[in-house]
Amino acid sequence: MEYVIEMLDIRKEFPGIVANDQINLQVKKGEIHALLGENGAGKSTLMNVLFGIYQPEKGNIRVQGQDVHITSPNIANELGIGMVHQHFMLVDTFTVTENIVLGSEPTKGLKVNISEAEKEVQKISDQYGLRVDPKALVRDISVGMQQRVEILKMLYRQAEILILDEPTAVLTPQEIDELMQIMKSLVNEGKSIILITHKLSEIMQVADRCTVIRRGKGIGTVNVDQTTTNELASMMVGRDVSFKTEKDQANPKDLVLDIKDLIVKDNRDVDMVRGLSLNVRQGEIVGIAGVDGNGQSELIEAITGLRKVEAGEILLNNESITNFKPRDIYEKGLSHIPQDRHKYGLVLDYPIAENMVLQTYYQKPFSSKWALNFKEIYNYAKKIIKEYDVRTPSESTLARSLSGGNQQKAIIGREIDRSPDLLIAAQPTRGLDVGAIEFIHKKLIEERDKGRGVLLISFELDEIFNLSDRIAVIYEGKIVAEVKPDETNHDELGLLMAGSNEEKAEVKHP
Amino acid sequence: MKLQKLTGVWIPLVSIFFGLLAGAIIMLLFGYNPVAGYIALWNGAFEEPYYTGETIRLITPYILSGLAVAFAFRTGLLNIGVEGQVLVGWLASVWIGLAFNLPMIIHLPLAIIAAIIAGGLWGFIPGYLKAKFHVHEVIITIMMNYVALYSVNAIIRNVLTDGSERTEHVAETASLKVEWLTQLMPNSNVHAGIILAVGAALFYWYFIEKTKYGFELKAVGYNSYASEYAGMSVKRNIMVSMAISGGFAGLAGAMEGIGNFGYMTLNNGFTNIGFDGIAIALLGGNTAVGVVMAAGLFGVLKNGALNMPLSAGVPHELVDIITALIIFFVAASYMIILFREKLTNIFNNVKTKLQKGRGK
Repeated sequence: MEYVIEMLDIRKEFPGIVANDQINLQVKKGEIHALLGENGAGKSTLMNVLFGIYQPEKGNIRVQGQDVHITSPNIANELGIGMVHQHFMLVDTFTVTENIVLGSEPTKGLKVNISEAEKEVQKISDQYGLRVDPKALVRDISVGMQQRVEILKMLYRQAEILILDEPTAVLTPQEIDELMQIMKSLVNEGKSIILITHKLSEIMQVADRCTVIRRGKGIGTVNVDQTTTNELASMMVGRDVSFKTEKDQANPKDLVLDIKDLIVKDNRDVDMVRGLSLNVRQGEIVGIAGVDGNGQSELIEAITGLRKVEAGEILLNNESITNFKPRDIYEKGLSHIPQDRHKYGLVLDYPIAENMVLQTYYQKPFSSKWALNFKEIYNYAKKIIKEYDVRTPSESTLARSLSGGNQQKAIIGREIDRSPDLLIAAQPTRGLDVGAIEFIHKKLIEERDKGRGVLLISFELDEIFNLSDRIAVIYEGKIVAEVKPDETNHDELGLLMAGSNEEKAEVKHP
Repeated sequence: MKLQKLTGVWIPLVSIFFGLLAGAIIMLLFGYNPVAGYIALWNGAFEEPYYTGETIRLITPYILSGLAVAFAFRTGLLNIGVEGQVLVGWLASVWIGLAFNLPMIIHLPLAIIAAIIAGGLWGFIPGYLKAKFHVHEVIITIMMNYVALYSVNAIIRNVLTDGSERTEHVAETASLKVEWLTQLMPNSNVHAGIILAVGAALFYWYFIEKTKYGFELKAVGYNSYASEYAGMSVKRNIMVSMAISGGFAGLAGAMEGIGNFGYMTLNNGFTNIGFDGIAIALLGGNTAVGVVMAAGLFGVLKNGALNMPLSAGVPHELVDIITALIIFFVAASYMIILFREKLTNIFNNVKTKLQKGRGK
């Protein structure tokens, strides 16, 4: 038996589009098999077919050499297929063990036998070097640890084939390294892994083979040690891609944003931003580097008026916008590409056109005294869709049915088109493919060159290095260092992000 | 796409058919003739102008209470307080109708507006509490129903009358009864309110679908985070939405106050106009057209059913079961779609299991 999973000639259609067409995916036992493709290329569709969420129109699926019809995730689980989703499905207030056994609890009489389960979890954790504390509450552990809980959940259910959907999107550089180690130890123990990603560096680092999908079609499968990053990228996009974003020297002018001694609390009433000072000038990109949860979200929310400022001051073009309402701040010349595009960026049940005027619908020409002017709104949306290469069947398509990359391009189009003095870009390329990233990076640099200030928040160090003219490192709610990208490197920045400047804390490398 | 549109029309029709079928089986089980029963139902709703008038009279407040629930729902709010808002609207219209002596052109609009404002205020209070103090609107609106019921009774007894059970008749100048309609459907209580109700549905459609305020309210309903991010005031929208929702309900009260009855009596319990409004709104998918159609269905069934004991000898209790069944089947139409998918899934599951078994 050569392959653990074979998906042969898969075809899946949705009304109006063919999401998968003639795709072949063959995974060998004990290998890490990468599935590479742009956003909307059909990776998720293919995996949802494998996981029983969609039924294919054509094609065969074989697991361990047997023909199967996977009609629900339960059947996928029974066949030993486990999926770790991009968004974790954990109950915050439960312990690690409780989360893992949820749905298949070992019982003793009528009671859940939790101590038995804890032992089992500990055993699996040790076996694969996951280092998870079975008794910890999920809300108390880091994102990287939560991900390992998800992996444990699959192992506990005796999954042989693990599908990891964009697993590194939420991790710090150090956590990514650890995950790579874990993946290697999993395949050493005989498990097989399908790694969905569009990060070429990760594929080169861990994967054995890689299957590339482009616009719903299977392009081919290559052995990773016989290929190069450039070859993979051009297979994925269909043309040559440049990785280094071209940009001229920055030419900063007057202050656009000036933050002084800012203090902001989070929802639990804990200070998350603790006396932060920062400024952004016209014509420069300032990147904020930091591990998630060090006050980035609260900082952005304070600047954009979504969260109360406890103390300190925020000046936009030398005018205070401290504790202004979001709409007043927008009108003063700020745009905001939000971190979470589904929660904040879009009303998913509105057509894409109506999402393009989410902040400006009440202004002329989109609206008269009472009524919305749909003709103007749709024309405007058409313009943004064209300029920002948003791929959608029409302007009246619901935002929900666009792929992540196209949703993001639409948001970026909307925010940049308002020609703001200050553009806040929070993780603008999160979860996007190289083609889209290249495009968005170009647009952000264009904005800079037009003399606008850009504040970039990103957990991707490559992105910070590529774009920033100045890097500010945030740690525990303060800017602990400011460095020039050409005067530092990943390691130094990683250490600064872990607070080495503050407490000289030791950072463990696995 | 075409297929989907077709299912949109077919499913409700098929479910009405199934509802009728279930009702027929019940009638057969108890030894009544279902054909005679349904003929009686139809005749009771439409046979004579009088019946038609009564049906329209019944539909009128249903449209408005349905719109009231639907409006709040579009902003993501559950207004269970339509019942209470109907009562205060009813009282306000009657009060104005009794208190003044004015020409009709002023008196009638004044009574209507008073009802809208009273209902609107009654809706605004839970909206305000929700926006400012995060109190759940369902709890407040339920409690406000009781406050409305007993306050209205106290006012009728102590303020509008001298301890009597029923107010005087409102002045002619404040009545919605119009000569030509009454002549068209003699003896019925039909009144010009139906025009107001249809007008309100048009207003609802325009406001929700076409205006910038509707755009905001819907956005808040779909995704309050994105709305706040986009600079809309979620709190203000909650208050406005509840107030307008209450306004529709208040108008429904006026339909009873200065349309149907022309007076107000002490109420021992709720009118159910508001509670039925919840079902009507959900049945109508919270759209203007849907609400009007669902209100039509409710009105026809409820009025027609009155004739079933008389003409076909089907007892009252059974009639209630049958109308409930029909409504149940229509409401369950979404479940029917779901059920169809489940069935195919189960079928496929079994197929896989069989194949797996053979494989081993």
